Amino acid sequence: MKIVVCIKQVPDTKGGVKFNPDGTLDRAAMLAIMNPDDKAGLEAALRIKDEMGAEVTVLTMGLPKADDVLREAMAMGADKAILVTDRVLGGADTWATSSTIAGALRNIDYDLVITGRQAIDGDTAQVGPQIAEHLNLPVISYAEELKIDGDSVIVKRQYEDRYHELKVKMPCLVTALSELNVPRYMTPGGIFDAYDEKEVTVWGRNDLKDLDDANIGLNGSPTKIAKASDKVRKGAGEKVTLDATESVAYIMGKLKEKHVI
Amino acid sequence: MEFSLDKKHEMARTLFKDFAETEVKPLAQEVDETEAFPAETVAKMAKAGFLGIPVPKEYGGQGCDPLTYVMCVEELSKVCGTTGVIVSAHTSLCIDPIMTYGNEEQKKKYVTPLAKGEKLGAFALTEPGAGTDAQGCQTKAVLEGDEWVLNGSKCFITNGKVADVYIVIAITSVTEDKRGRKKKNFSAFIVEKGAPGFSFGTKEKKMGIRGSSTYELIFEDCRIPKDALLGPEGKGFPIAMHTLDGGRIGIASQALGLAEGALERAIEYTKERKQFGRSIAQQQNTQFKLADMAARIDAAKFLVYRAAVAKATQRVYSVEAAKAKLFAAETAMAVTTEVVQLFGGYGYIREYDVERMMRDAKITEIYEGTSEVQRMVISGALLK
Repeated sequence: MKIVVCIKQVPDTKGGVKFNPDGTLDRAAMLAIMNPDDKAGLEAALRIKDEMGAEVTVLTMGLPKADDVLREAMAMGADKAILVTDRVLGGADTWATSSTIAGALRNIDYDLVITGRQAIDGDTAQVGPQIAEHLNLPVISYAEELKIDGDSVIVKRQYEDRYHELKVKMPCLVTALSELNVPRYMTPGGIFDAYDEKEVTVWGRNDLKDLDDANIGLNGSPTKIAKASDKVRKGAGEKVTLDATESVAYIMGKLKEKHVI
Repeated sequence: MEFSLDKKHEMARTLFKDFAETEVKPLAQEVDETEAFPAETVAKMAKAGFLGIPVPKEYGGQGCDPLTYVMCVEELSKVCGTTGVIVSAHTSLCIDPIMTYGNEEQKKKYVTPLAKGEKLGAFALTEPGAGTDAQGCQTKAVLEGDEWVLNGSKCFITNGKVADVYIVIAITSVTEDKRGRKKKNFSAFIVEKGAPGFSFGTKEKKMGIRGSSTYELIFEDCRIPKDALLGPEGKGFPIAMHTLDGGRIGIASQALGLAEGALERAIEYTKERKQFGRSIAQQQNTQFKLADMAARIDAAKFLVYRAAVAKATQRVYSVEAAKAKLFAAETAMAVTTEVVQLFGGYGYIREYDVERMMRDAKITEIYEGTSEVQRMVISGALLK
C-alpha cells in the first residue's frame, strides 16, 4: 500500500511572528515546526505501515529549510520525502498551493493521500479538499478515526455535535484532525537514519505535471492580502449598563454600524 | 574544529528536550517527594530508544554516537537529575562493559534486551570498605565446577533493586608479588536478578536523586554460570576502571544538565521578581552572577562534549573524562547553590525546584569517582 502524507512547516509562534512587506509571512526568519494536524496524519500513516505494511512518502511545498520537517517525518518512520521548492512558487494562497501540490502528486503512484485538516498559520482548511478536487479524488475531511478495509478507507468524520462514519474506495484523500492520535516521538536512530541513510528528493517548478503558470505563486493567487499584523492590542472597549430591552437595541445598533448585519 | 552541532545532532537535542519537557518535567517534583522510581517514564524512554542510544543497531540499539547519548542525559537532567542518572548508569556502566569486553553470546543475550529497554542495568563495585580505595573490595568469587560462587556485599548501587542485569566486580584470586606482598586479582561478572543467593539489603535514604533506586546488594553463596565471567579472569580491575571512564562522561553530562536547568530557572525568575521597584535582573550584581554562571556552564559543556567525542575516536579517554567530570560537577554545585541564593526565600521552598537541583548536584561531585579521584587521574597523567 502506498500513502502520501502532505505536511507543512509552519511558524512556531513561540518565536514571534514576522512579515514581509507584501503581508505574507517571512518564514525564513521564524522558528518552525511540523503543523500539528499534519503530524497526526503522518502518525496515522505510520500506524497503517506498522500494522499492515505500507510505503509512506511525505511531501511538502516550502522553502529549502522545509527539509527539516521532512527529516523529522523520516525520523518518525516515513520512507521517502519530497520537497517541492522554487522561487516562483512562493507567496501562494490556498488555490496556488493546492494546484502546485496536485502537480507534484500527478508524478506519484498512491492509494491514499493524507493531509492535515488545516495549518496553524493559514487556518483555512482549504488545501486538502482543493487538492482532491484538482485530482478528481473523493475526499473525507475532519477525520477523527481512520481504518483501512481492503480496498477502502473507513473514516469517522467529525461534526460539532455528531459524527458520520464514511467508507470510500481508494484512491482517495483524507484530512486529519490532531485528535486522530498522539504522534510518536522520533527515535535517536531514526534521526541519524533520516540524515545519513535517507534522501530528500527536490522538485522544482518544472518537475510538476499539468500545471499552468497562471495558477502558481503570488501572482497565481486569487487571495490578495490587504493587511497582516501580529496580535493587535485591544483597547479597553466601551462599557455600557442598560436594561434588557435597551441592551438588545444597543447591540443591534452596534452590529448594524459595523456592517456585521 | 567545529563548535556548533550539525543538523542531526540539533534534531536529536530537540527530541530529548521535547521528551524531557513533556514527560519528565511534570513528574520531577513528585518523584523527589515520594522517592518513587519513575517506572512509567523509563518505559516511555525505552519505547523512544533512549536506553540504547550508542549501541549498534545489530544489538538492538539506535546506532548513534556517544555525543548524542550525552545530550540525552543532559536534557533529561535539566528537568530531573534522577531520570538522567537512570539512563547514564544503565548505558555507561552496564551496557558499555558488555559491549567492550563481552563475547558474542553475552552481547546477544544481554545487550539486545538492555538496549531495547526490556531490561535495566546496574554496576556493582563499591563496598562499605571500598569507595575511592576500590581495591579494598572484599567480595569473592570462587569457581566450583561449572559455577562461580559469590560471597560478599555491595553498597550504594544505582538502579539497585530495579535492574535485571548487574556487572559485579569480585576477587577471584590472591597472588604474591616478587617481594612476597599479597595482591588481589579481580574479575568482572554478569549477574542476573534472581540468581540463587542474590538478595537486596537496605534502600538508601538520600539527600538528592531521591527517585533513583539505591540499594545494597547481598551475595550469600550466590551461584552463577561459569560463562557469567565478563572478559578475562583477573582483568576485573582494568575493566572496572575503563567502565568508570565512560560513566564519568555520563555523570558529567548529568551535572551539566543540572547546572543549565538551574540557570534557565534563574533567568526566568530574576526577570519577574521585583524588589525596590524593579526586577532583580536589572541589578548589576544579579547580572554579573548570571554572566559568570553562563560562562562557566559553557566551559563545562565543551569539556563534556569533548570527552564524548574522545570516547568515539580514541581508545583511551580517561583524562578527558576526568576533566569533564571534575569541572562539570563542581560547576553544577556552584551554580545550583548560587541559583538558590538568587531565588531568595523562595529558593528554599520545595515547590520552586531549585533546591532539588542543588541537592541533586551534590552527588555528582562524589559518585563514579569523587572530585579527588578525578584530580588524581589528571595529575597522574601530567606527572607521568
